[in-house]
Amino acid sequence: MNVNVESAAVTAAPRRATAGLDAVIDCKVEKIYYGDFLAVRDSVVPIEKGKITGFIGPSGCGKSTVLRSLNRMNDLIPSFRFVGTVKYHGQDIYDKTVDPVVVRRHIGMVFQQPNPFSMSIFDNVAFGLKLNRYKGDADGRVEEALTRAALWKEVKDKLKNSGLSLSGGQQQRLCIARAIATEPDVLLMDEPCSALDPIATRQVEELMLELKERYTVALVTHNMQQAMRVADTTAFFGVDISQGGRTGHLVEMGQTRQVFEDPQQELTKQYVSGEFS
Amino acid sequence: MSEVHMMPPGAAQLPRLRRQPMEIRALKSGLLTGLAWLITLVGSVPLFSVIYMLAAEGGSRISFETLTALPPAGFETGGGFGNAIIGTLVMVAIATVISLPIGLLAAVYLAVLGPFSQLARVARFVAKTLTGFPSILAGVFTYGILVVSFGYSALAGGVALAVLMLPTIVLAAEEAMKEVPQKMKDAAYGMGCTRSQVIWRVVIPTGLPGILTGVMLAVAGAAGESAPLLFTALFSNYYLSNLMEPTASLSILIYNFSAMPFENQIELAWTASLVLVLIVLVFNILARLVGQPKV
Repeated sequence: MNVNVESAAVTAAPRRATAGLDAVIDCKVEKIYYGDFLAVRDSVVPIEKGKITGFIGPSGCGKSTVLRSLNRMNDLIPSFRFVGTVKYHGQDIYDKTVDPVVVRRHIGMVFQQPNPFSMSIFDNVAFGLKLNRYKGDADGRVEEALTRAALWKEVKDKLKNSGLSLSGGQQQRLCIARAIATEPDVLLMDEPCSALDPIATRQVEELMLELKERYTVALVTHNMQQAMRVADTTAFFGVDISQGGRTGHLVEMGQTRQVFEDPQQELTKQYVSGEFS
Repeated sequence: MSEVHMMPPGAAQLPRLRRQPMEIRALKSGLLTGLAWLITLVGSVPLFSVIYMLAAEGGSRISFETLTALPPAGFETGGGFGNAIIGTLVMVAIATVISLPIGLLAAVYLAVLGPFSQLARVARFVAKTLTGFPSILAGVFTYGILVVSFGYSALAGGVALAVLMLPTIVLAAEEAMKEVPQKMKDAAYGMGCTRSQVIWRVVIPTGLPGILTGVMLAVAGAAGESAPLLFTALFSNYYLSNLMEPTASLSILIYNFSAMPFENQIELAWTASLVLVLIVLVFNILARLVGQPKV
């Protein structure tokens, strides 16, 4: 299915996308501000169930901002203001009655920098379980999460060691295990490999492909090859400097193959052919 | 260029990499390093001479009797300062029970909840000023608010010590919690933690070694204070039986006994000093031990 977006950069009218029927998150951004600064405008980004949606685009195009708006992580930035709707299973998460804390328990996040807690490997993974007062077999859930994060074999004999004692790639897989231990519905990954070496990157990418069997994944990446390797759908964001600021917006979104091989927009064509980055 | 170095044919002259110990630069460096060593040694002379003196003068009287018996009167022989040890420990405990929760919560506010608020700015400034507060004023203050109405007591002594400990705890705990990286807090929020869960489950546990170090240093400082206790706990020749009565402490006992014209009391003052130093030392060692991260 194709969620091509008509008419690019120039028009400021809200875009309509033929969102997939099974979009888990239907994100319609009208405006995102940091203070007076308009960071993102007019972007409709449906996140489909069971797929990996890749967000690509040059620096400052707002791809991370949009991603972090999907579980209200940006609420932690005091000047942040979101205009639009993010429908999660039909319910707008920006509705006043919605508790952002609960949203984040369903829509998990993996960050750019691996950020394990300063506690043991086991406690890191069990953290979310304790948070949700999970009463069942915590040991089993921790093992399962670590196994699915492809880390179990490396850490099974040192679960009591600090999470911070692991290498960068292991730390990132630990963070993924921590995020999936509570069985979130959607996993947001904000450039999860940018701090990793090629081997660790490879492992995390393989992991993403396995994760999409169970979870919906939205992935911001600075690396076009990564988007080509793992994303089913790709959203390309561009930067609009015409109105004085640096406002990001969605330029084109579609099946990854189509976006890279047959881009409909000139800007996309230039970007995927490496003319700017 | 020495012949040992193989010169590749046609290569330019190789840089000289050999050590030149007689060069001006090397000599200067050696001299400064030596000076730093010497000054470090000089700096530790007072510390070690005090410990040596206390051990030499007071060590001989350390015994079960001195650690448990009550202070001797005038021409009595023997005796000890068991009540003063208990008094010091009890008052420090009272002070910790008062100042730790207040200090920790204030630090949570300063480090996490409202680090840039006007209130935080004022509180931080006040805390920093209070760390340089003459300790006798803590005694005078407590005298005014407690002793005047309720009389001299262990409780008043504890409050006076708490006043002294509070700023140290606040500032150390704030520093420790500020050092918890933002990315760790983001991770916790990303897991769906509320703000109080982020504080209790991530910020405080991660900062705990630093917080406890601050607390232990404050405790060690309070244990050695005498001025605030003069106005609040006074002294007693008996074991502590009631927190609302005048109470003995090691520091006041040392002060009293060292000025007496009796050999026995002067010896006991030395021994009490040694015991006090050992107590403070134990707290410091504990601070270092708990200051090390667990995992």
